[in-house]
Amino acid sequence: MDLMEYQGKQFFAAFDIPVSPGKAVETVEDAIATANEVGYPVVVKAQVLVGGRGKAGGVKLANNEEEAREHATNILGMDIKGHTVHVVWIEHASDIAKEYYASFTLDRSAKKHLGMLSAEGGVEIEIVAEENPDAIAKIHIDPSIGLTKEQCEEWVRAAKLDDEAFEGAVDILLKLYRAYVEGDADLAEINPLILTPEGKVHALDAKVTLDENAEFRHEDWEQYKGTQVLDDREKMARDKGLNYIGLDGEIGIIGNGAGLVMSTLDVVNQVGGTPANFLDVGGGASADVLANSIEVVNSDEKVKAIFLNIFGGITKCDEVAKGVLEATERVQLKSPIVVRLDGTNVEEGRAILEANPNDMVIAAPTMIDAAKKAVELAKKA
Amino acid sequence: MSIFVNKDTKVIYQGLTGSQGQFHGLRNRAYGTQVVAGTNPKKAGTDVDGVPVYATVAEAKEATGATASCIFIPAPGVKGAVEEAAQAGIEFIVVITEGVPSHDEAKFYNYVKNTYPNTNILGPNCPGIITPGECNIGIIPGDIALPGGPVGVVSRSGTLTYQAVHEISQRGIGQTTCVGIGGDPVPGVSHIDCLERFEADAETKAVIMIGEIGGTAEEEAAEFIANKMSKPVVAYIAGVTAPAGKKMGHAGAIISGGKGTAQGKMDALKEAGATVVLNPTEIGQAMADVVAGL
Repeated sequence: MDLMEYQGKQFFAAFDIPVSPGKAVETVEDAIATANEVGYPVVVKAQVLVGGRGKAGGVKLANNEEEAREHATNILGMDIKGHTVHVVWIEHASDIAKEYYASFTLDRSAKKHLGMLSAEGGVEIEIVAEENPDAIAKIHIDPSIGLTKEQCEEWVRAAKLDDEAFEGAVDILLKLYRAYVEGDADLAEINPLILTPEGKVHALDAKVTLDENAEFRHEDWEQYKGTQVLDDREKMARDKGLNYIGLDGEIGIIGNGAGLVMSTLDVVNQVGGTPANFLDVGGGASADVLANSIEVVNSDEKVKAIFLNIFGGITKCDEVAKGVLEATERVQLKSPIVVRLDGTNVEEGRAILEANPNDMVIAAPTMIDAAKKAVELAKKA
Repeated sequence: MSIFVNKDTKVIYQGLTGSQGQFHGLRNRAYGTQVVAGTNPKKAGTDVDGVPVYATVAEAKEATGATASCIFIPAPGVKGAVEEAAQAGIEFIVVITEGVPSHDEAKFYNYVKNTYPNTNILGPNCPGIITPGECNIGIIPGDIALPGGPVGVVSRSGTLTYQAVHEISQRGIGQTTCVGIGGDPVPGVSHIDCLERFEADAETKAVIMIGEIGGTAEEEAAEFIANKMSKPVVAYIAGVTAPAGKKMGHAGAIISGGKGTAQGKMDALKEAGATVVLNPTEIGQAMADVVAGL
């Protein structure tokens, strides 16, 4: 789960990481009140979960109330790459002497945490990595041991930050590591991490991705969920507790197991179709879960055919067949469903479908046949 | 022969008294696995259909001589369960549980690796492991597997493992061992760990390797195949059409910063000399061709 900048800053602040004083607001009047409170000049920043907001005109400097009003009015409601701005972050503009970069993430290959620190901040780290890889100081941290102060100091020296930033940087990096670990983040990034002319080091931006699997130990994460950008299909799927990702195509895809569903998307693509979504019903899905899944995919206006691909392990094919029947009774199907069943209780499952013939439900013997059939039906529709 | 587990492997089920643990533990026993004990501190002294339940893994191991454990504990308790098993001297720990926080995985993986270098963790978020006809630990439907080899299977996905095994069993081609390594960001046993053992196993003559988007495990496996493997490998990678930046069901199945794409993995495997197929149905024919040529 990606956090918006203001949420990331609140997250950082909870771990004593210094951020600029500011506030997230939703109206022009509140923006001005905040600007007056924190003192001019202020920065008005669009809060969206997409990069490139500066270039899109979503980040502006205001020197007085008049400018603050103008920028807040323009930015609130602005569309940035398909994301509407509902919230702006207002903060006192910082004087910047230097811009650095700092982040922690998991290095899956090394199975250890990776810290990256660079004296060249303010630009995308991927660009620095490409153009000047030596400018990034990297360290691996054993997750079972953690980041020690000595290790952190050595790291800051290796990154060749300015001398006056040394102490502040060590302090902030130790706090950032704590936020990353205790906060269960997949990514905790500060870019830029700034040095002010007064020699203070603080976070000017915050990019945080949280690990949804750790939600059970973070009750406060509830507040972040409301701001996640979901389309109507994704909202409906989430309300029904389904593992769904919306895509743009015409073939609705339902299957059991992440690997099999990904593979189903690929096979549909190979035979000339376009997947409308990813929907994994998981292991041991009941008839009800199946019916809910069909309902969500059926609600997608672009969908012209549905491909239900099941290889039963814990999932039982007869349960799946019952789910298909339940769905045909409960919802008005607007597209045909091609069903491929294999694995546990496949005979029982196929028998249920044969005993209840329906023009909108078509059985296919293999994954590739089913994909071809679904694509053919979508083209006819 | 087989890798990791065989008919002599004695297994403790951590969480045997829960609904999932009981269902699959007894299903594994019915398959022929030596399901020797369960653990649950609150139910010590009871039994699950004749399988004795102990308070701790250490007590269960002491009483039964088990060397493996299978964890069906809910995600919040997995870190503690893995550490307990390792501390008790269990050498092969299978974690079926899905939804374990990645910081927990990273911690217990490194802790076990540092402190108990001979202990292997399989998973989390994996279907388990089966040596057909001998031992099935986890949730793999045993009846799709065919004993006797000559094919070893290693996969990040459960259902794709079933699909692949089903394809070759139907053609009369058996398996030595099938290993589901799981779809999480920090899996214990890796593709390479399995390839290394299959290469060393006399009965395994060819290997099916199934991967998916995210991370670089398949690229590293490709390097291993190119440099260290003499046995033929048929490979399949899922997620060619997956959009970047989305976790595709598995916590580890995500393309980030342009890294971990299916195409990159397929190219690396092709270059390494593996036969790369484009959909799981083709695994069967491709492996049949390989086996015919052995």
